[in-house]
Amino acid sequence: MKFWKPTLLGALVLAAAPSLAQEVLTIGVRSEASSLDPHWTQLSADVQVQEHIFEKLVALDSASQPIPGLATGWQAIDDTTWEFKLREGVTWHDGEAFNADDVIFTFDRLRAGISGAPASPAFQLEKGSKTWEKIDDHTVHIMTDGPYPTVAEDLAMLPIVAEHVANGVTASVDFNSGQAAIGTGPFLFEEYSPGNLISVQKNPDWWGGEVEWDQVVFRPITQDASRLAALLNGDVDMIDYPPTIDLPQLQEDPDFNVSTIPSDRLIYLMPGYKHIEPFITDNDGNVMVPNPMRDMRVRKALSLAVNREAIRDRIMGGASLPAKNIVPPGFFGYIDGLEADPYDPAAAQALLAEAGYGDGFRVTLHGPNDRYINDARILEAVAQMWSRIGITTEVDAMPRNIFFSRLIRGDELSMPGFDVPEFSMFLTGWGTVAGEATYTVSGTLETYNAATGGGNGNFGRYSNPEIDARSVLAKRTIDNDERLRLLQEAIRIGMDDYAYIPIHFQVNNWAMKSGLTHQPRTNERTLAVEVSKTE
Amino acid sequence: MAEFIIKRILQAILVLLVMTVLVFFGVNVVGNPVYIFASSECDQPCLTKIIADLGLDKPVWEQYLVFLGNLLQGDLGNSFTHGVPTLTLILERLPATLELAFAALVIALVVGLPLGMLAGLRPHAISSRFIMGFSMVGFSLPVFWIGLIMILIFSVQLGWMPSIGRGDTIPMLGTDVSLFTLDGLHHLAMPAFTLSLIMMAMVIRLTRAGMREVMFADYIRFARANGIRERRILSVHVLKNILIPIVTVLGMEFGGVIAFAVVVESIFSWPGVGKMLIDAIGVLDRPLIVAYLIFVVFMFVVLNLLVDVLYSVLDPRVRLGGKE
Repeated sequence: MKFWKPTLLGALVLAAAPSLAQEVLTIGVRSEASSLDPHWTQLSADVQVQEHIFEKLVALDSASQPIPGLATGWQAIDDTTWEFKLREGVTWHDGEAFNADDVIFTFDRLRAGISGAPASPAFQLEKGSKTWEKIDDHTVHIMTDGPYPTVAEDLAMLPIVAEHVANGVTASVDFNSGQAAIGTGPFLFEEYSPGNLISVQKNPDWWGGEVEWDQVVFRPITQDASRLAALLNGDVDMIDYPPTIDLPQLQEDPDFNVSTIPSDRLIYLMPGYKHIEPFITDNDGNVMVPNPMRDMRVRKALSLAVNREAIRDRIMGGASLPAKNIVPPGFFGYIDGLEADPYDPAAAQALLAEAGYGDGFRVTLHGPNDRYINDARILEAVAQMWSRIGITTEVDAMPRNIFFSRLIRGDELSMPGFDVPEFSMFLTGWGTVAGEATYTVSGTLETYNAATGGGNGNFGRYSNPEIDARSVLAKRTIDNDERLRLLQEAIRIGMDDYAYIPIHFQVNNWAMKSGLTHQPRTNERTLAVEVSKTE
Repeated sequence: MAEFIIKRILQAILVLLVMTVLVFFGVNVVGNPVYIFASSECDQPCLTKIIADLGLDKPVWEQYLVFLGNLLQGDLGNSFTHGVPTLTLILERLPATLELAFAALVIALVVGLPLGMLAGLRPHAISSRFIMGFSMVGFSLPVFWIGLIMILIFSVQLGWMPSIGRGDTIPMLGTDVSLFTLDGLHHLAMPAFTLSLIMMAMVIRLTRAGMREVMFADYIRFARANGIRERRILSVHVLKNILIPIVTVLGMEFGGVIAFAVVVESIFSWPGVGKMLIDAIGVLDRPLIVAYLIFVVFMFVVLNLLVDVLYSVLDPRVRLGGKE
């Protein structure tokens, strides 16, 4: 029984009494997990919490490369069949044994559809028209409709749920209550209090070894300044996305550590390739025919006019990696020696003059203002840089919930499959979640094709048959060396043609109190097993 | 009285109906939630499936009729993001907001009333000018700035106060309340004070104006002439008479505080409904936005009704429907 002390200070002393002997890690996160159903969405905020409880057949290391998870190994036994060997001796959090039936159940659940789920990862199973079969308790075969190289990468997106608990439950609801939140992962579900916290407890029987933390608490703190303040005053031990403007100070402060790694998210500018673009006009405001962006020299000039180092140093607090590659270093498809364009406004102006646009023109640059790190400020900086070489650039930044609808669908009334992206020049990002370039090339460089899914992120509608040929072939090539060659060729062709203009890879940062170390992840997720105490 | 209340309820139903139309169609004009959730690798069949799953493949008017039909059965729909009934989400997080608003109201009254009376009693004293200056500041400084500065001073520099979240709760009346634990009050203090500032400023100004008026009224002079002690004059005769405008304004203001404590809740990561609304707008969780706004309209209507009733209790002259 606590007694009320009239003084504030007394209250504080009592409230600050530490809980004993428990190793607790409290993480302040920018976005809250919306559900603990691992098949509900694929939002990073959700996945990073779920990954403490649920595991996949294939795990991703900190550089997003596939490593054994619940499967100990996999190989293609012929062109269309992949064999996955499951880990033996793994138990669910309630003590039941994990086996192939759970895997089959998980895939069946996904294919049947998760009722009401806004973004279930089920489409990973549709890629290559996968089917599956249990061979024995610890062997599963995945069959595809043709040669298909990235089965393991796809399965790294599909958390396995327990058949004996998840069968017949209500999606999302029963997971949030904890009833079905039974996984094989390093932590057990403890509490889910929306808007306030999610906590998990150590799984003493985890197959991966001893877990360092008895309890991990995720607290959503949306405001950047508040999240930083919570770290500074010790309410949380660690935060994701520290404000970039405060990074230099945090790095110098002996009371705090910062962990840093380039992310898989490329930030780039893409022009619209239609014959006539509504947001590109001459200096008198008339629509230009043909659209000057169709001239490679113009696109190259725009790239040379962007001062990427200045953006990194003055806007990103040093936390960005200027780029011309479309996947980050260490990823399958990265091209050594493909360096970011230098800042060369003189050459840019010469190119514009050569292309016949020496007097410049006007363009409206669209982009989100709450999606990527410092996105609105990057837009403004780019607009100034382009205006300096004579291309009068106006910025139209908007919240992501409006931006992406207009970017992808264009007109609100257009039919699915007949999307007409609206913008003539826009800033967006692409995360290579799978750790390899096949779907980055296919998504951003291939010609848009609603039927095959090619170019589904190609909102400028760039089209180049040389890239299409290589990209389509790469998706069907199991041999890694051959696939790498095809992908790198496709990337080189696309980047030599300035299909779009890469600016940089975001750099992920975490800040934590001193005494903690953290192995940062390329894919932006914060995992407690990768945080440890140094004493 | 009964007739008045029935009239009010009928009005309320009409307001609610109009509101559903406005909110539903308004929300459906903005963006498309599918693109917020869908992974960049989600291709057309995948998108189409999500659109159908969320019921967005039907024309808007049809979606509205479905919504209205469900509403009549007390079902406000499921949140896109959480997959949980929206009403559950709102009710789950409402206690936190109510608690915050209530604490803010108490602070505003406890601090504001005496200060306002002091300023009204001695309008030219230095202390009164100081009080009025403070109320000016309370009105004009943006809430988020005050909140951040408080965090900076009391949490980061002095380390006295926690900067985020809600403290320990104890179950009470079927919900969790943090008003009666030390840790709960500790967490509540800063956000409640920040939220109370505007109300407090208003209370100070209204009290002072009321005092200036009432102190010279005939009945106060008579009371004085009768030899009633100054303290009793102030605490009974004056206070009663200046409370009416304050109750009116606070009633209105309190609704606003509950509905849109958004800023304070975001800064202090308070797990209330305001923060939920902002998050819902961020991801275009249409059912949740609609349900919440309708809930707010409902709440405003009820509050206005309560204010009217309280009015008639405080001032017999305005007792509605009373006989001449």
